[in-house]
Amino acid sequence: MSQDRSRDMSQGRTNVPVGGSQAPATQTISGSKGLEFAEPLIFEMSENGRTGVDLPDVSVGDERLGGMRRKDAVGLPGLSEPQVVRHYTRLSQKNYGIDSGFYPLGSCTMKHNPRVNEKAARMKGLGDLHPMQPVSSVQGALELIDTLAHWIKTLCGMPAVAMSPAAGAHGELCGMMAIKAAIEDRGEADTRTRVLVPESAHGTNPATAAACGFSVDSIPGDDRGRVDLEAFKAKLGDDVAGIMLTNPNTCGLFENDVIDIADAIHEAGGYFYCDGANFNAIVGRVRPGDLGIDCMHLNLHKTFSTPHGGGGPGAGPVVLSEALAPFAPVPYVVHDTNGYRLVEHQADSDAKPFGRLKGYHGQMGVFIRSLTFMLSHGADGLLQASTDAVLNANYLRAQLQDVMSVSFGGMCMHEVLFDDHFLKDTGVTTLDFAKAMIDEGFHPMTMYFPLVVHGALLMEPTESESKQTLDLYIQTLRGLNDRAQAGDADFFKEAPRLTPRRRLDETAAARKPVLRWTEPVEQAEAAE
Amino acid sequence: MRYLPHTENDRRAMLAAIDAERVEDMYCDVPKAALLSQPVDLPGHAGEMEVEQTIAAMAAKNLSPSSAPCFLGAGAYRHHVPASVDYLIQRGEFLTAYTPYQPEVSQGTLQYLYEFQTQVALMTGMEVANASMYDGATATAEAVMMACRATRKNRAVLAGGIHPHYFDVTKTSAHSLNIELVHPDSDPTRPADPASVTDLIDEQTSCVVVQSPDMFGRIIDLAPIAEAAHAKGALLVAVTTEVVSLGLLEAPGNQGADIVAAEGQSLGNALSYGGPYVGLFATTQKLVRQMPGRVAGETQDVEGQRGWVLTLSTREQHIRREKATSNICTNSGLCALAFTIHASLLGEEGFTRLARLNHAKACQLADKLAAVAGVEVMNDSFFNEFTVKLSKPAHDVVEALAERGILGGVPITRMLPERSDLENFMLVAATETNTDADMDTLVSALKEVL
Repeated sequence: MSQDRSRDMSQGRTNVPVGGSQAPATQTISGSKGLEFAEPLIFEMSENGRTGVDLPDVSVGDERLGGMRRKDAVGLPGLSEPQVVRHYTRLSQKNYGIDSGFYPLGSCTMKHNPRVNEKAARMKGLGDLHPMQPVSSVQGALELIDTLAHWIKTLCGMPAVAMSPAAGAHGELCGMMAIKAAIEDRGEADTRTRVLVPESAHGTNPATAAACGFSVDSIPGDDRGRVDLEAFKAKLGDDVAGIMLTNPNTCGLFENDVIDIADAIHEAGGYFYCDGANFNAIVGRVRPGDLGIDCMHLNLHKTFSTPHGGGGPGAGPVVLSEALAPFAPVPYVVHDTNGYRLVEHQADSDAKPFGRLKGYHGQMGVFIRSLTFMLSHGADGLLQASTDAVLNANYLRAQLQDVMSVSFGGMCMHEVLFDDHFLKDTGVTTLDFAKAMIDEGFHPMTMYFPLVVHGALLMEPTESESKQTLDLYIQTLRGLNDRAQAGDADFFKEAPRLTPRRRLDETAAARKPVLRWTEPVEQAEAAE
Repeated sequence: MRYLPHTENDRRAMLAAIDAERVEDMYCDVPKAALLSQPVDLPGHAGEMEVEQTIAAMAAKNLSPSSAPCFLGAGAYRHHVPASVDYLIQRGEFLTAYTPYQPEVSQGTLQYLYEFQTQVALMTGMEVANASMYDGATATAEAVMMACRATRKNRAVLAGGIHPHYFDVTKTSAHSLNIELVHPDSDPTRPADPASVTDLIDEQTSCVVVQSPDMFGRIIDLAPIAEAAHAKGALLVAVTTEVVSLGLLEAPGNQGADIVAAEGQSLGNALSYGGPYVGLFATTQKLVRQMPGRVAGETQDVEGQRGWVLTLSTREQHIRREKATSNICTNSGLCALAFTIHASLLGEEGFTRLARLNHAKACQLADKLAAVAGVEVMNDSFFNEFTVKLSKPAHDVVEALAERGILGGVPITRMLPERSDLENFMLVAATETNTDADMDTLVSALKEVL
């Protein structure tokens, strides 16, 4: 009854405060709050016999089913089209996207996703092509892949590119498998088993090296946020297969010893894998091929603007040096006097492909979007974009460094790293600070990565953001910092307050995982 | 430049704010020798219309399956995707979101992943599923690696009827980890024989990988293979390249599968010349902590409201680094969303009807082709795809059909080039998109060509 009374009291008033001016709006009868809808699971909206697709009800015999006809129902819920459209529209409204606001997630390059890219990917004659069409019927598709490969090779200053990897980590796998194949080709597979990985590396790097059967040896950083050159050199030996170095690195800094590192690893008989996640800082200004690398993946979904889609799909083409090019996986496109053709099998190759990484020929839909982006920007626009990305990160650094603790001094590249020193003795953690940003309408930066500084806050603004957006962001962060320094830790601990859900219990989720919907017991019994 | 908000005034003001005179000052840490002194040799920027024209010119050089009768399958199937699917996945809040690391502002992504996981589990008859892999081939490779981890054995038996790309991807991964693969040939002129794989299982075998329908379209009874595998302490990995088949055929989970790896492209996703697609990965509750990839789980927020988060992340590379169950990070989120919306629209009734319709279309096509001189249908059983033996090499037939504007089938030797004994064999698929007129066009063309 007391609940009902509180509802009565709220009638005709907006946002009746409950327990303080920042408290959430009162509960509603429906559970929805204005434009924020309470939305059940599709399984909870189901009625048997309802469908959102009209298909003929044909019956088929058992003769050609090998005795394997399904006996039970699948259990999929029944919904009509308007219900489905509304359901997923409402779910979308619970998400933050680049279209919604500033998304400074470090190392993720959340830049604008142009819609002409989407249009191009859906064109008749591209989006509807079947991967096993005769090659004679897909000459335009192979031309597109070859054109994108040309742009990638030119921007990277590298002689070859393997196009098929499906994402950044898949590209890492491609690069490290090429290195492994080259080492096997030299007859050193049994001895060169160690891969050097800086401690600031993304987790995919050591995971990839392990997936290729290498052991991982961590290289310490120096106090400038770079690889400790002497420590690195001390680890070299004839058991080293290579180094996996991110450049610009995950601290947002250019590894200024990169050429020395390349020379040293080559002298030791190893190869140089460069993680190209941060290529957006240097496109059109520095060619990785001029740094002495042997292979590097590009995240087309970062640098070349294809949508992240809530976690993929991506594409991770890998550029390769002369030394590694012969080992590129199948399939690949060849252009000769008879047009374009596909080399789909190791036996058809005149090189030494190490194998195959995925079904068919690569992430064509992502290729189309990336090429569309490259053609739109052109060489001049790509250079301006990378320059603006670096300018934006340095602007954040310059405008925040007096109140927040920049981890390493000097100019940064396209992202800037802060640590949690500025929050010392405030009782506010990096996580709390990030959650308070959500209430201010900003997506948080990358938190607690890289691992080389305490409580990392890694911000990557990209070239897509205007000065006005950056200024509001700066003003907001400065204001939040004032609040933290003023001792209002509870404000941060309770954030976010204005989101569809408040802080979620991740520990409980992991301890007793509930990974799918199941029919509630009482309902299941009632149905029987 | 339409994508860049800064004016020259903005840039000047910002350079001043960072104490730089010129943009080059920001690149002071780059070795001088590595800085380009002139622009890269590529064309300059272009307007949206010009870019569209350039891409459209390439598209025009291809034979579009939207205008050509298309009977291609081999792991990628042309289905009708309802218009609302493509509309919904292009909502910016889905399209332009990152992996849901901040659950409070990612409940949309997390809830649809949870719905996706449930749908995949239901279709495959398994207890749990992950939030997607790159495609069916990489899902299969991950399944083999997971089986090796779970059983601490290093040998896998892959049935001859596995899609050759799936086998090649698995072989490539297995090589790096010294996993021994056993892979017998398969003979499409005879019904699949479970003994061809069960005889190869020994005490060192981590898993048996069987695809059904297999690459020749034959439907395989997994139960006896599961029994033989389990008797030797091995797992059964069931593979499906056509997820629509699960609307008519027994779910692998009901036949003893421990892991299911499948391609989900058929629901919601464009053919797109082979990618991006969506790998489905399902397993048992017992093995869940060995599972690769992202997974969404249910929990509560501080107010006790139900919500979802990414969970079991202690398996993953960002926590475990070199000890992770997989190096996968970005997967196929948006393709999983397309799958989920299409499956939600279909529901039980639509999904099972779609499956029956596909089988009916394939039966109709098989009957029509069997009546053509020079065509022999090899399959006793099939779902929506089967193998025919032609009186001429399949490669030549396929080219001759393409010249007539027909995408007639996939030569088996395109996938298995070493099997010259199968030179005259072709894989043919039919789906709900194939009309009677399409089939008659194919039949008359084959009569001319053969």
